[in-house]
Amino acid sequence: MAVRRLHPLQAGGFAFSDENLRWAKETIAKYPEGKQASAIIPLLWRAQEQEGGWLPEPALRAVADMLGMAHIRAMEIATFYTMFQLQPVGSKAHVQVCGTTPCMLCGSESLIELCKTRIAPTQHTLSEDGAFSWEEVECLGCCANAPMVQIGKDVYEDLTPDLFEKVLDGFAAGKPPKPGSQTGRTASAPKGKLTSLKESVTAGGKS
Amino acid sequence: MLLKDEDRIFKNIYGQGDSGLAAAKSRGAWDGTKTFIDGGHDAIITEVKGSGLRGRGGAGFPTGLKWSFMPKDDPRPSYLVINADESEPGSCKDREIMRHDPQLLIEGALLSSFAIRAHVCYIYIRGEFIRERERLQAAIDEAYAANLIGKNNIHGWDFDFYVHHGAGAYICGEETALLESLEGRKGQPRLKPPFPANVGLYGAPTTVNNVESIAVIPDILRRGGKWFASLGMANNTGTKLFQISGHVEKPCVVEEEMGISLKQLINDHCGGVRGGWDNLLAVIPGGSSMPLIPAHLCDELTLDFDSLTKLKSGLGTAAIIVMDKSTDPIKAIRRIAYFYRHESCGQCTPCREGTGWMWRVLQRMERGEAEHHEIDLLWDVTKQVEGHTICALGDAAAWPVQGLIRHYRHVIEERIDARKAREDEATPANAAE
Ligand SMILES: Cc1cc2nc3c(=O)[nH]c(=O)nc-3n(C[C@H](O)[C@H](O)[C@H](O)COP(=O)(O)O)c2cc1C
Ligand code: SF4
Ligand code: FES
Repeated sequence: MAVRRLHPLQAGGFAFSDENLRWAKETIAKYPEGKQASAIIPLLWRAQEQEGGWLPEPALRAVADMLGMAHIRAMEIATFYTMFQLQPVGSKAHVQVCGTTPCMLCGSESLIELCKTRIAPTQHTLSEDGAFSWEEVECLGCCANAPMVQIGKDVYEDLTPDLFEKVLDGFAAGKPPKPGSQTGRTASAPKGKLTSLKESVTAGGKS
Repeated sequence: MLLKDEDRIFKNIYGQGDSGLAAAKSRGAWDGTKTFIDGGHDAIITEVKGSGLRGRGGAGFPTGLKWSFMPKDDPRPSYLVINADESEPGSCKDREIMRHDPQLLIEGALLSSFAIRAHVCYIYIRGEFIRERERLQAAIDEAYAANLIGKNNIHGWDFDFYVHHGAGAYICGEETALLESLEGRKGQPRLKPPFPANVGLYGAPTTVNNVESIAVIPDILRRGGKWFASLGMANNTGTKLFQISGHVEKPCVVEEEMGISLKQLINDHCGGVRGGWDNLLAVIPGGSSMPLIPAHLCDELTLDFDSLTKLKSGLGTAAIIVMDKSTDPIKAIRRIAYFYRHESCGQCTPCREGTGWMWRVLQRMERGEAEHHEIDLLWDVTKQVEGHTICALGDAAAWPVQGLIRHYRHVIEERIDARKAREDEATPANAAE
């Protein structure tokens, strides 16, 4: 278990934008009558997106109120699930480096070192200019493309320290690189010649 | 011999083709779906039983049998819940199905829901798979628009398919933790019994299945349970998505026959072990929770549930983590121990305390800062965690450590001895006294 607490400095209030409010109502309707608590993770996630990548305390209360839940239940969710960022994150990128064994075997430690020297010596800390922050996360389900990082909605795979620097340069310049493999591999196919599905690429499969 | 392309279920697993509905249909999806529904609930269950399909989420429980536990006339609604939490380190296959072959999953969800008499299915996707979620939602929207699913669809079985997601918690892959999370709570596993088939989502009968288990259903029905059963080996039938990571030349995800040999999988699909087969140290054959298998047992190894269980390991999710001789096995397992410590939900004392304890001791052992007798103590602690917890995360945390001690005890001992020798050298005065 990880110890996770709310940030000491909290902003004033929170309200969903009109568009997000519409979306929230649709989301709640996915679940049966009386089971609207099911929507808490999706709603908190949308709140985090709206707030620039982290979840301030007033948002917890507002979402709990919307779903008719006690505030403490929303607190529990926010502290249990590690994708909820409880403190501000870099304005240009919050970098999640996978450090679990398959990525470690492929060199994730050097990516973490780079985060320490280039962004901040410790996790969940803003870089001096406030543009970046980073954390080490557990397996992100892209192990055949290790090592990798996730930034925002996208993953950057098959990294080396040099390729990772380029990814960070891209974000710093406001021009994020193309997501996925940074060595040009097709998804999780073996690099180079395909060993399967060689036919179907040219046959009826492609539209 | 490798699996022939015509026997592959996932024809677009690398996304070389389009993932949209029209392209999926041209690859065979949604062909004859209505015929299977017209055949009735039980005919589908019988066919799936006959195929020998065992769940692809890790435990390998027979899918048809699991479905037959669902009540037949219960006033409560029934639910299918698809497990797309995919967080077991090494595993990265469900992702490929969702982003590249989503129509097979949607068709499978309809057919499986019909088999267990459910009109509603939720899929729980791990929070980090944001693009996969978007892709699947787009595919679902397309299926609704074509009236393949939804109310009064062309198949004659009302069916709603909803995407739900988590927010970073491995434990939500455990099926009852998943249900807790889906109901809006912390993902803390429930005590079983009752099993989800009796008391599942919202207290109603529920079947939880892995993404791959569901996505292979349409092809099993189209080509017949016998066809599926003719692939692989007895009791370990069909094809399977293998995921190979770590020290191979070309890591990849690839569909192969169950029971393929490890050597063939690595040599033919992954360009071999980095530095050649003789440079292999060990593999973890089924995701991080499975004990590692040292190289000397790998030459003849076949990848199926039963062979790996015999070696006190398991096929799990068929995520194969390859380690060459440059690997420090203590370090590799120490990082896995950290993972379990991080992901324990904290409900049971043996798991909450034991995972942290194992990690801390392994950290010391990695540096040699331990004593020989602590190896037995560590073994003992793994035995106090294993089997003494609410869910299988406790076992999953204990097994890799057991595997390390079983096969690399000598490495731990040598590390301790080397550290002691270094210290003796550094303080010759003490040594002389
Ligand atoms: C700690 C833990 C994590 C799990 N994670 C997953 C997962 O990510 N995906 C999955 O399908 N099954 C996972 N399982 C297994 C599920 O509990 C369940 O057995 C499975 O989803 C059933 O599907 P199947 O019968 O189709 O294999 C996990 C189990 C445990 C104990
Ligand atoms: S074994 Fe661990 S993860 Fe499972 S319920 Fe107990 S504390 Fe939670
Ligand atoms: S270990 Fe890094 S993506 Fe799986």
